[in-house]
Amino acid sequence: MKDKVQDIIKKYHDDKTRLMDILIDIQAEYNCIPGEAIEIIAGQLNMSKVDVEQTLSFYHFFTTEPNGKYTVYLNDSMVAEMMGRDEIARAFEEEAGTTFGSVTEDGLIGLFNTSDIGMNDQEPAALINGVPFTSLTISKVKELIAGFKAGKEVKDMIGQTGDGNNSDPRIMSMVNNNCLKRIGSIMCLEYETGWALRRTVHITREAVIEMVKRSNLRGRGGAGFPAGLKWEFCRKSEGDATYLVCNADEGEPGTFKERVVLTEMPEQLFEGMAIAAYAINAKEGILYLRAEYIYLRDYLEDVMETMRKDNLLGKHILGVEGFDFDIRIQMGAGAYVCGEESALIESMEGKRGEPRNRPPFPVQAGYMNQPTVVNNVETLSTVVKIMLNGPDWFKAIGTPESAGTKLLSVAGDCKKPGVYEFEFGTKVNEVLDLVEATSVQAVQIGGPSGVCINPEMFDRNISFEDLSTGGAFIVIGKDRDLLQDVVTNYIDFFIEESCSSCAPCRSLTVILRGKLQKLLNGHGTMNDIDELYRWGQFMKQANRCGLGQTAANPILTTIENFRPLYEALVKTDEDYMSEFDMSKAVEESCKYVDRVPNVH
Amino acid sequence: MSKPVLATTSLAGCFGCHMSFLDIDERILELIELVEFNKSPIDDIKTFTKQCDIGLIEGGCCNSENIHVLKDFRKNCKILVSVGECAIMGGLPALRNGIPVEECLREAYLDGPTVGLNTEKILPNDDELPMLLDKVYPCHEIVKIDYYLPGCPPTADLIWNALIALITGDELKLPYEVVKFD
Ligand SMILES: Cc1cc2nc3c(=O)[nH]c(=O)nc-3n(C[C@H](O)[C@H](O)[C@H](O)COP(=O)(O)O)c2cc1C
Ligand code: SF4
Ligand code: SF4
Repeated sequence: MKDKVQDIIKKYHDDKTRLMDILIDIQAEYNCIPGEAIEIIAGQLNMSKVDVEQTLSFYHFFTTEPNGKYTVYLNDSMVAEMMGRDEIARAFEEEAGTTFGSVTEDGLIGLFNTSDIGMNDQEPAALINGVPFTSLTISKVKELIAGFKAGKEVKDMIGQTGDGNNSDPRIMSMVNNNCLKRIGSIMCLEYETGWALRRTVHITREAVIEMVKRSNLRGRGGAGFPAGLKWEFCRKSEGDATYLVCNADEGEPGTFKERVVLTEMPEQLFEGMAIAAYAINAKEGILYLRAEYIYLRDYLEDVMETMRKDNLLGKHILGVEGFDFDIRIQMGAGAYVCGEESALIESMEGKRGEPRNRPPFPVQAGYMNQPTVVNNVETLSTVVKIMLNGPDWFKAIGTPESAGTKLLSVAGDCKKPGVYEFEFGTKVNEVLDLVEATSVQAVQIGGPSGVCINPEMFDRNISFEDLSTGGAFIVIGKDRDLLQDVVTNYIDFFIEESCSSCAPCRSLTVILRGKLQKLLNGHGTMNDIDELYRWGQFMKQANRCGLGQTAANPILTTIENFRPLYEALVKTDEDYMSEFDMSKAVEESCKYVDRVPNVH
Repeated sequence: MSKPVLATTSLAGCFGCHMSFLDIDERILELIELVEFNKSPIDDIKTFTKQCDIGLIEGGCCNSENIHVLKDFRKNCKILVSVGECAIMGGLPALRNGIPVEECLREAYLDGPTVGLNTEKILPNDDELPMLLDKVYPCHEIVKIDYYLPGCPPTADLIWNALIALITGDELKLPYEVVKFD
């Protein structure tokens, strides 16, 4: 083992900031990260063992015990549950002869749950040894397990490959992109790769920033910060080097637009990155790609290789002296919070993905403590079109405060889930019509951290000034139990994904979950509803990052917009009710000490 | 007008909150002018002898006895206050939550480093003893709690300010120094 592990470490030049890559390679080699490997890494990188372990223990896809020759990670996000993932889970358990969270005795098959994998338009879906399997059926599960037992290669079991570039020999995936159903006016506008960059290099770096500022382009990753301003801040910060990071972590359940952009138009993204790099004078770019999309890695590498040959990446780009820029892909390892830009940077430096305190902001001291711009995939891709057609053309589309278009990932109870490009200002109703959603109880805008709206609000529009979303748009049909099926799943997601640095994010989520369950059990009071709301609001002020600040949103926005559902759960006029049951509470201890419970 | 009646108790706590209460120092003389004590370790009255106005609860509930006492307090006090982390959240004792009860008992009475004298490996099971609960419960999950005083322990000033506010009906003064914990 020693030689192999050392070879892996050498591949990354004994650089401890590359610990993520080292661990990813070791996990792939041994289906786990053995204790012996931890010791070798610590020795070689001159770190303590616990430093290695604390990074390792943070990420969902790193394990210290072998997780199976065939490792199934079945998505347990809300939409997956809507689409019958529990039935699929039972089928996996029955066929494999083991339960979720464990590995078969012979070590052949491991079954695990995982948070959203970016396939909400084709659930139930799972990753098996990193290969996505979507629209799973019970018969497919049987076939898969039989295949494992016969020792088949995972990628030989996918069956038919999907639409668009999913059938490209470099991808060969069964994923369907349900591709960009409406040919949108910006992102999806056809163009020839390289044109935008050619225009860019003819003007100064400042002029590029000025153009992006004038366009009013705002970040598409959720927060909506003006992109041009961010670049300008970065450009003005002092540092030895400047970095450009593209955030392709896309962990918000219900969001899968970046999967489609990365599959269908990666050239546009890389070109956008080159433009941004030119503007902020960055030599090094990093694409932080979520682990769930590892099936796209080779393809993306190949696309970049072609662009290098075309002199769109690399040294003296387009013959411009001093314009050197290249991109490396940094894989994640399964952690939603790593989508938060400062956590992303920590992760890229080989550490636990815990958000940093701000200030300093990444534009001041980001990756390697140097000025760093972090932008979303869609933001950077959009820049290409602004450089081609000008800021005024761009600004004319959308609403006053939300220029341009937005990619929405539509999933849930509708006939046509998929990714759509909409002009900002599009009404919820228009989206619902287009995706053929007919019996709608609620729409979750922006995933768990967003808002859950009722039908009276469907004439509101998608924009930063009204309903803001990073991309998720989940339709919840009339026959769903909104509180039991949706809200609890979302709170469980936040409990699972909290990095646990802040006490309210770590604990209050669990307390709120307990209170909600009390109501669902029929033991709640009106007072419990008020407390849920009051305590939930506290989360906004008392946590370090957006995860904790929004973790109570599923509860808060459903109390605001679906209060009758909560009130219907209250069966008493009392202002207080306890769920405590003495007989149950003493049962276990009395049994163990051998005594008859004496409850009165 | 008769003085308001005060009761206090320590459930699954360390008595630290009561010690902090005593830290009001000479103000205790003022306090006995203001209130009458009933059931409390402070005057050693063991059972309620009359209806009380204010009950201060230290500690959460780890056994059946704690539950009875807490319910008794609820019955006999108009206002109940959870005093300190243990009463509010379970506190240190709640570190056992999540560990099976069996494992806790085994460690405490059979296998732990301090069980030397228990040569007969006896587990406490006399009928007179309180029964251990499956986990440590915060007080508000058992009975309605009206107010919470945070801290481990809450400072003497916080306890004092809160009591005075309850007695006089004035607004509670909460200067930063009184609720900051670092
Ligand atoms: C918990 C959490 C998760 C996030 N996940 C993502 C993500 O997956 N992709 C993304 O682009 N931004 C995500 N963000 C927002 C980023 O912190 C950051 O604002 C964004 O990447 C900046 O790019 P933009 O200005 O182009 O939107 C997340 C934020 C939080 C708090
Ligand atoms: S809010 Fe939650 S996820 Fe964010 S830093 Fe705090 S504990 Fe971590
Ligand atoms: S809160 Fe602190 S001082 Fe009070 S009982 Fe608990 S441990 Fe003791």
